[in-house]
Amino acid sequence: MEPTQTKDPEYYHKVVDCQYACPAHTPVPEYIRLIAAGKYTEAYMVNWESNVFPGILGRTCDRPCEPACRRGRVEEEPVAICRLKRVAADHKSDVTDLMPIIPSEKNGKRIALIGGGPASLTVARDLAPLGYSIDLYDNQNKAGGMMRSQIPSFRLPDSVLDEEVGYVLNMGIETHFNTYVNSLKEITDKKYDAVFIGTGAPKGKDLSDLPGRKEASANVHIGIEWLASVAFEHTNKIGKKVIVLGGGNTAMDCCRTSRRLGGDQVKVVVRSPFSEMRASEWEKEDALHEDIPIIDCHVPQSFVVENGKLMGMNFDKVHAVYDDNGKRKLVSTNEAPVFIEADDVLIAIGQENTFPWIERDLGLAFDEYGMPVVDKNTFQSTNEKIFFGGDAALGPKNVITAVAQGHQAAISIDLFCNQQSLTERPSPYVNLVSQKMGIHEWSYDSDVVTDNRYIVPQVNKEIALKDRKVEVELGFDGLHGYKEAKRCLNCDVQTVFTENKCIECDACVDICPTACISFTFNEDDENTLRNKLQVPALNLSQDLLISAPLPTQRVMVKDEDVCLHCGLCAERCPTSAWDMQKFFYTTSKAGNQCQ
Amino acid sequence: MTYIKPKFRHPSLPKNDLGYTKTVYEGSLSTLCAGCGHDSISAAIVQSCYELALEPHRIAKLSGIGCSSKTPAYFLSQSHGFNSVHGRMPSVATGASLANKDLIYFGVSGDGDTASIGMGQFVHVVRRNLNMVYVVMNNGCYGLTKGQDSATADEGSKSKAGSVNLFNAIDLPSLALELGASFVAQSFSGDKAQLIPLIKAAIKHPGFALINVISPCVTFNNNPGSTKAYDYVREHLDATSTVDFIPLQEEISVAYEAGSTKNIELHDGSSLQLNKLATNWNPEDRMSAMTAMQQAKLDGEILTGLIFIEPETTDLHAMIKTSDTPLNTMDESQLCPGSQALEALNEEFR
Repeated sequence: MEPTQTKDPEYYHKVVDCQYACPAHTPVPEYIRLIAAGKYTEAYMVNWESNVFPGILGRTCDRPCEPACRRGRVEEEPVAICRLKRVAADHKSDVTDLMPIIPSEKNGKRIALIGGGPASLTVARDLAPLGYSIDLYDNQNKAGGMMRSQIPSFRLPDSVLDEEVGYVLNMGIETHFNTYVNSLKEITDKKYDAVFIGTGAPKGKDLSDLPGRKEASANVHIGIEWLASVAFEHTNKIGKKVIVLGGGNTAMDCCRTSRRLGGDQVKVVVRSPFSEMRASEWEKEDALHEDIPIIDCHVPQSFVVENGKLMGMNFDKVHAVYDDNGKRKLVSTNEAPVFIEADDVLIAIGQENTFPWIERDLGLAFDEYGMPVVDKNTFQSTNEKIFFGGDAALGPKNVITAVAQGHQAAISIDLFCNQQSLTERPSPYVNLVSQKMGIHEWSYDSDVVTDNRYIVPQVNKEIALKDRKVEVELGFDGLHGYKEAKRCLNCDVQTVFTENKCIECDACVDICPTACISFTFNEDDENTLRNKLQVPALNLSQDLLISAPLPTQRVMVKDEDVCLHCGLCAERCPTSAWDMQKFFYTTSKAGNQCQ
Repeated sequence: MTYIKPKFRHPSLPKNDLGYTKTVYEGSLSTLCAGCGHDSISAAIVQSCYELALEPHRIAKLSGIGCSSKTPAYFLSQSHGFNSVHGRMPSVATGASLANKDLIYFGVSGDGDTASIGMGQFVHVVRRNLNMVYVVMNNGCYGLTKGQDSATADEGSKSKAGSVNLFNAIDLPSLALELGASFVAQSFSGDKAQLIPLIKAAIKHPGFALINVISPCVTFNNNPGSTKAYDYVREHLDATSTVDFIPLQEEISVAYEAGSTKNIELHDGSSLQLNKLATNWNPEDRMSAMTAMQQAKLDGEILTGLIFIEPETTDLHAMIKTSDTPLNTMDESQLCPGSQALEALNEEFR
């Protein structure tokens, strides 16, 4: 095997599992250390640079970082990264002065943003400080998009949303609210230098073909439309008995909102087995905690309507069968249909893109599924002036993905407006600095605590269910935020190995608590090498750090998998062949490229 | 600041026949200098005891004074331990063994503790063939008092400060051979592949087993000109053979060319397989072992590996015909049979 090329920043980036998993590559350990140090404002700004909505994401993020967290491979639970982000947002001081200065003299380029959700707001955030004049169009009376219309207030209070949306809008964004764009041509006719479309996936799927659907329509609602109607206060009550169809996070939001609007017998009914539901584990837990049963393996059969009134629904009971490729099929158990009573039914079985407002003669190609053809790296459509981002670009995902795509689209727009190649993306900003302060001293807290994951306190259930605006989660206080932050293993403090200093004394091998380091003879085949280490390196998603040959012709091989980043290898190294060096990595934003 | 070793271990650490991971055999975090050879030897001891699946409470670790003698704190936390007087570890080991011969006695000493202040004790424990492992962590200097030459520093070896040693070195393996030791080995802290099977064989050996381990002092004796520095030792190593320890009832898996391999059956049925034998040397012949040691010295090389073994040997307990029942398991009436028994005994000599 060839020595590992650590000069490529992606090697060390991959070691920082949480940051690597985050679509926006937020420098997670960096802000967690700042939280532990009580520097909440600084922690907030590290987040804000990367993901624009720390307070919102600290409550609602899908948290791709947490399943990736190294701690989850060493003990039961990962660090509560998402809720630590909220700690920074909750405890920060005024950040208004830390916001970028918006040039009063504009650069003469005009950009239109269609849709006021996270993707568009990110583009605005990145381009406004560069002097762009930005127009934002949205059909609602406030910006925020699905963050406002679909995420209930008991998970995300309006005040948090208003604050973080406000930081962007205050950058001199020209807003056009209550304006439904029904023709893209009208916008392009206004001679913008570029147009960004971030209109999300606004169409909830229906069950139009199910018997009784038409007759029951007065009491059957599409989940996301119903949530929006609640959010904008057009709807304030629901029947006592409610069925929510679907197993995703929208279904969880629907059932919990129903509980607050008068539904006292709310049931979630889902086709798939409980373990395969799309909803995040914690959202399912929260629903169950609010006395909402989740009935799995039930496929909707018909709406039961008597005398023009919805009585309930019939379901076919199924079980999951898997073929050799693991593909699932739901097979009926052939039992009698299961009838479940309901006054109202909410359909939350997915959402789709829809672009009826885009004329098909603008040079903007659509694929067979009716989705615009969008470059996955530049987010440019086949009309060079039109860019997409968020759910509108590549289909429904989540807020943090929309933000990441917004950043990339902003880079593209900036390159485009400066007549530069869109495919030459700016490099990330990278830094690698030794943390050594003394023989046993590092400038990070290298000790590894054994605390289990702390639970975020919640408001009393009776109080929560009375008012849909009462936030359920209370967030960590300063002390628990500190304790949770201390669970972070500082994976960004890298174990950097310098071959020509090593005297092969074995001190690092002997001290490493998790047996990561081996000195052995090299192999041509990675698998052979992985299997002959002290403990075989069987997690193939984790890389090996391989040195050049040492004087005894052996090589040093470190399995990155369960390294605690405790620094003991470097502490016990007599020649500093091992050093702990902090690796800082941020993706470039618009304007960072050489111009 | 980390003097604390994290509690987490690799989640898929292998287990030995007792169901223990290596963690069970670990000690507390070493306070020796970073890169000290002694720490590697401690790790080799941990690995050996783990691989042999020894019950930690069946082991007694003993030491004298010095850097080396601190190490029992850094391995086998769950075993018995006795940190004795400088150079007097052999007496304590002898006493302990007489009281309970069922334990495994693991002595750790250094070059000062053995070759200077403890020399009188060392030579007698060798000739009495006490059933113990005696590891010398030999770095050729007094590390604890800032690196003065010890009695095992080679003539001509240069200290960190630049002074050259004028005196002849005491060669512990040769001395032990001369005194009739039944197991003599020499190794290097930087070569665990060799050291671990030697420790395992020494534990299995039913008599006195000396392993002299060259263990560089990174702080005071790892300089150019020193004959106990990592670089120097690596350049001058000459192994008698490679060593494989084969536990009881396990097939020998590695096949070597005929004539280059020797298999030595140990007392308990396990065996040592020596491969790529040095010429003109027979590990079961004391004369050839002594010759090999002298020849290596003439050639300026450090002979490592198993040097001499007498698999069937008569240890101290067998020589003086002690009771089969350990003294510490006898009750008062057996240990102190009373005045009548004394009278009867005295009567025999009248």
